[in-house]
Amino acid sequence: MKPLLAFMKKEFLETVRTSKFIILLLLFLSFGIMNPAIAKLQPWMMEMFADTIAESGLTVTNIQVNAMTSWTQFFKNTPIALIAFVLIYSDIFTKEYNSGTLLLILTKGLSRYKVVLAKTMLMLSLWTLGYWICFAVTYGYNAYFWDNSIADNLFFASAIRWLFGVWIICLIVLFSSLLRNNAGVSLCVGGTAILAYLLSLLPKVQAYTPMMLMDANSLLAGVSETGTYIKAIVITSVLGVACIAASIPVMNKKPL
Amino acid sequence: MDVLTIQNLKKNFGSKKVLCGLDLSVPEHSIFGFIGRNGAGKTTTMKAILGLLKPDSGEIFCLGEKVCAGQTRTNRHIGYLPDVPEFYSYMTAPEYLNLCGETCEMDRSDIKTRSKELLELVGLGQETHRIKGFSRGMKQRLGIAQALLHRPKLLICDEPTSALDPAGRKEILDILLAVKEQTTVLFSTHILSDVERICTEAAFLNEGKIAVQGTISELRNMRLSEGFVVETAQAEDTKRLMQAFDKFQQTEQNTLVFHGGEEHFFTVMQYIAENKIPVQKMEQLEPTLESLFLEVTK
Repeated sequence: MKPLLAFMKKEFLETVRTSKFIILLLLFLSFGIMNPAIAKLQPWMMEMFADTIAESGLTVTNIQVNAMTSWTQFFKNTPIALIAFVLIYSDIFTKEYNSGTLLLILTKGLSRYKVVLAKTMLMLSLWTLGYWICFAVTYGYNAYFWDNSIADNLFFASAIRWLFGVWIICLIVLFSSLLRNNAGVSLCVGGTAILAYLLSLLPKVQAYTPMMLMDANSLLAGVSETGTYIKAIVITSVLGVACIAASIPVMNKKPL
Repeated sequence: MDVLTIQNLKKNFGSKKVLCGLDLSVPEHSIFGFIGRNGAGKTTTMKAILGLLKPDSGEIFCLGEKVCAGQTRTNRHIGYLPDVPEFYSYMTAPEYLNLCGETCEMDRSDIKTRSKELLELVGLGQETHRIKGFSRGMKQRLGIAQALLHRPKLLICDEPTSALDPAGRKEILDILLAVKEQTTVLFSTHILSDVERICTEAAFLNEGKIAVQGTISELRNMRLSEGFVVETAQAEDTKRLMQAFDKFQQTEQNTLVFHGGEEHFFTVMQYIAENKIPVQKMEQLEPTLESLFLEVTK
């Protein structure tokens, strides 16, 4: 237990001292502020473009802005934050392979699975912290300007979106155990997400893919039931655990 | 007792045979020089000892315990210093040693005292900057400190001196000599003067096998004297000697080298005495590890 805690402490120190922590914090905070800000600015922007829109035959009349507008922005922006997160942490393992820093610690007797666990836990805690900070900021502003109760299943929709992020992090870990460079890791994570998206286009498979967890709008509008997401939640969780479990034997065999 | 035993170790990288049945044993409290050309397989052998690389066949025992690739249990007996050690550059030297100590499950107070002691030993006791600003020599010295932190029975250094300037090299060799009492040192190198200076035993690696192994004096004695040098006072005397003995080779204006056995030494001496040739110097050529190295790696 002590070596695992020591390595986790090192991971947190690294994230703070290499400025990754502050970058992530600012990123999630600014997204959190941007969601209600964009909603608030929407009538003004529409007015600005009213003339252009009028030329195409449409007339802008009364624009309704409420908490839903801001939450729609939130669910549009979180994938971008997730992509940024993947890009920032795609080198979490590969940098150590290539620089040789891991070599010395492993020769001190640290088990390789502890490296996998420590890095996974760091990413999970940062994603959780960042995501819910973003959520809390948006929620706070929305409550101040409008009324959050207008959005149905808000917490459920946010939680499954968070779970999707957890699955992506598990993919980072799996591909990092297989590959040696961070561009490869980012590409493979992106490729797997695209594959999941393509699968979700097939009506029969749709309910089982992790991409289902990205579908927030129908939940917020109260069109779909939470029960329809159970299969995707279970499958995504199982896939996530499987990714971590698979990366341990791969890591154990990796020549360093 | 042997600290390390390697039996019939084989490793191929694709079609390239790197190790072809390497056998090696390192006795306790020796400073063992592991000598070979660049690319001879020294680093591969060391990585196999540390369980970082899976050999194709063969067995490695560290203090009687079998080394399993991918697992690091036997590494609690071993301290390792790679050729270019890389550290977490955002840490300070004591922070890094603390991480190493906690990884080896040492006591908090032990880590503190041992780190202080080792940082003093390697001359980094007063260093408060982060590792980012360290020179290569400083990193190498910190590398030795981290390798010795958990009081290993075996210290493995991979070419610890090859990237350093003469002053840095001397410092590292002095530290290795100083730790001889605490641990057994296995260090790979292709710098033979380093081996002659500090090693008690050595082995030559060639074509994936150990070509020769023994104590330094045993190795030196494997090659008998190569001949002798005669330096005369006057140039015409060198000519006279060359006419008398056709095995002489002129290396400098007044210097001749005789390649041949000891019996010729006395014949030449007798000739010089009888003809009263003034000689400035006459000495046996010392057998060197270098000549042995060149011979076994031919």
